[in-house]
Amino acid sequence: MKKVLMSGNEACGEGAMIAGCRFYAGYPITPQNELTEYMARRMPETGGVFIQSESEVAAINMVFGASLTGARAMTSSSSPGISLKQEGISYMAACELPAVIINMVRGGPGLGNIAPAQSDYFQATKGGGHGDYHLIVLGPSSAQEMMELTVLAFDLADKYRTPVLILGDGLIGQMMEPVLVNSRQSLVVSKKLTTKNWVLTGCKGRDPRIVKSLWLNDGALEAFNRKLGEKYEHIKRAETRYEAVRTEDADIVFVGYGSVARILRAAVARLREEGIRAGLLRPITLWPFPQAAIRQLSKKTKKFVVVEMSMGQMLEDVELAVAGNAKIEFYGRPGGGIPHEEEIYQRVIARHKVPKQSKK
Amino acid sequence: MTVQCNTMKKVFTRPKSLRDVRTHYCPGCGHGVIHRLICEAIDELGIREKVIGIAPVGCAVIAYDYWDFDTTEAAHGRPPAVATGIKRMMPDRIVFTYQGDGDLAAIGTAEIIHAANRGENISVFFVNNGTYGMTGGQMAPTTLLNQKTTTTPHGRDAKTAGYPLKISEMLAILPGTAYLERVSTHSPKEILKARAAIKKSFVKQIENKGFSMVEILSACPTYWKMSPQEAVRHMEKAVASYYPLGILTEK
Repeated sequence: MKKVLMSGNEACGEGAMIAGCRFYAGYPITPQNELTEYMARRMPETGGVFIQSESEVAAINMVFGASLTGARAMTSSSSPGISLKQEGISYMAACELPAVIINMVRGGPGLGNIAPAQSDYFQATKGGGHGDYHLIVLGPSSAQEMMELTVLAFDLADKYRTPVLILGDGLIGQMMEPVLVNSRQSLVVSKKLTTKNWVLTGCKGRDPRIVKSLWLNDGALEAFNRKLGEKYEHIKRAETRYEAVRTEDADIVFVGYGSVARILRAAVARLREEGIRAGLLRPITLWPFPQAAIRQLSKKTKKFVVVEMSMGQMLEDVELAVAGNAKIEFYGRPGGGIPHEEEIYQRVIARHKVPKQSKK
Repeated sequence: MTVQCNTMKKVFTRPKSLRDVRTHYCPGCGHGVIHRLICEAIDELGIREKVIGIAPVGCAVIAYDYWDFDTTEAAHGRPPAVATGIKRMMPDRIVFTYQGDGDLAAIGTAEIIHAANRGENISVFFVNNGTYGMTGGQMAPTTLLNQKTTTTPHGRDAKTAGYPLKISEMLAILPGTAYLERVSTHSPKEILKARAAIKKSFVKQIENKGFSMVEILSACPTYWKMSPQEAVRHMEKAVASYYPLGILTEK
């Protein structure tokens, strides 16, 4: 295994190569261009297909087509572009087509800015496009994880026949870090996943197949939605992932994902030095959300502090999980603001140190 | 069961690629004929087991209930992008899209222009009936001037609704377009020409010539508020005079 200095965007691209991605289509948008450019270089080297599409809408539909053939396919973008892809994502969820979609989130709404943000959490985890569906959503917090979760995303997509979205941000995408480039074998890959009995390859030697999302007959869509729902329930049970840092004895548990989790990890260490029992619960799957783990913690911890680079989106999932069992505080930095470890440290210290006696 | 007859030769039968079912199309609608022409071409070229068809959003959305080969269904306007993904991954398969005028010339304008411009080696069958049939007869990009629709109740007025779009002429000038012909379904003679054009488009794809498209003028008597006979006369006189038939480009 070799250690390579690369950005999160490049690590994601390399993860796709390790996972055997055969098709990539994308449209330029900051802060994820390094990924598109990486794929433009790497895909032809391995006999794969790279297309710079005319739009995000076209890119996701090209991925739809490539996925229909059984190929591992990916697209990437940043927030405004991901909004454009929602139509195609909904159709892919409906046709149960696997694919990996990368969102290196930037500030919004609208054109917003190109700074890192976490303000697409609602869009990613609550549906995004029209209809009754979910995506598996992964939240990497380092370049290393950007690579590993990309490989995992391809596996989960094939395993469950569903689009998987990676919710990164401009910081994760553009920050350079040493990355251990694992061989494919060392990552979780099942060979069974390559057998796909639903792909469109021409009907040679078998009955014709139809892949579609229209269910006009009475009750047909209801039955299909129930089938999708069962799949999502299974994913919730089997695929929820999170990291718990010093939560066993914690009085205060931070909840944060992605870039923010790195900052919170440092804040936890510093607060522990001050004798404050702080811990961190970092969701790795944002959908399915680690609801049970947080509910369990809420029975013994006094307070949760939710930190996000938004006005509070994951906060709602934490509130549902805590279900009134503990206090919840929120600290958010929207619009491209990045919380500093010092800010978080000071906010917690200010509330937990015994206040100084005021002068009489 | 086939009945053997020694004195007569079988000259006409249902194509193998067409399922033996009744279609949902209105009397006088062109879709049934065009579906059949595509199936005849596929059978003649012996490519049924290599074909992947893409059904559109519109009246022909359930074309896969009639076609007996691998099919999918794309979002409105997106068939050329979906076809691109399929064809690039499986260059030896035969990929075609079946698109209406709203699909191809309104909501999917970007996808069709760029698929053509990339010279994607696919076949596009563009059914132009000048209206949105499935949603109840609204104005299409190809609706003729003064034509009454539910959204142009006093007839299409260029001042507010623009002009009937000659998208085939636009696509024909692109270097990536290998073959583009406009045909019609208003008479047996024209139907035979349409059949030949569809087959030629598949042949171009088999020969890796690049993007090809056949625009097929088709009737919608229901929303034109005409009898099927009036509709074919209208096609011949009004529609085909605005949208001239023939080869627009062939390289």
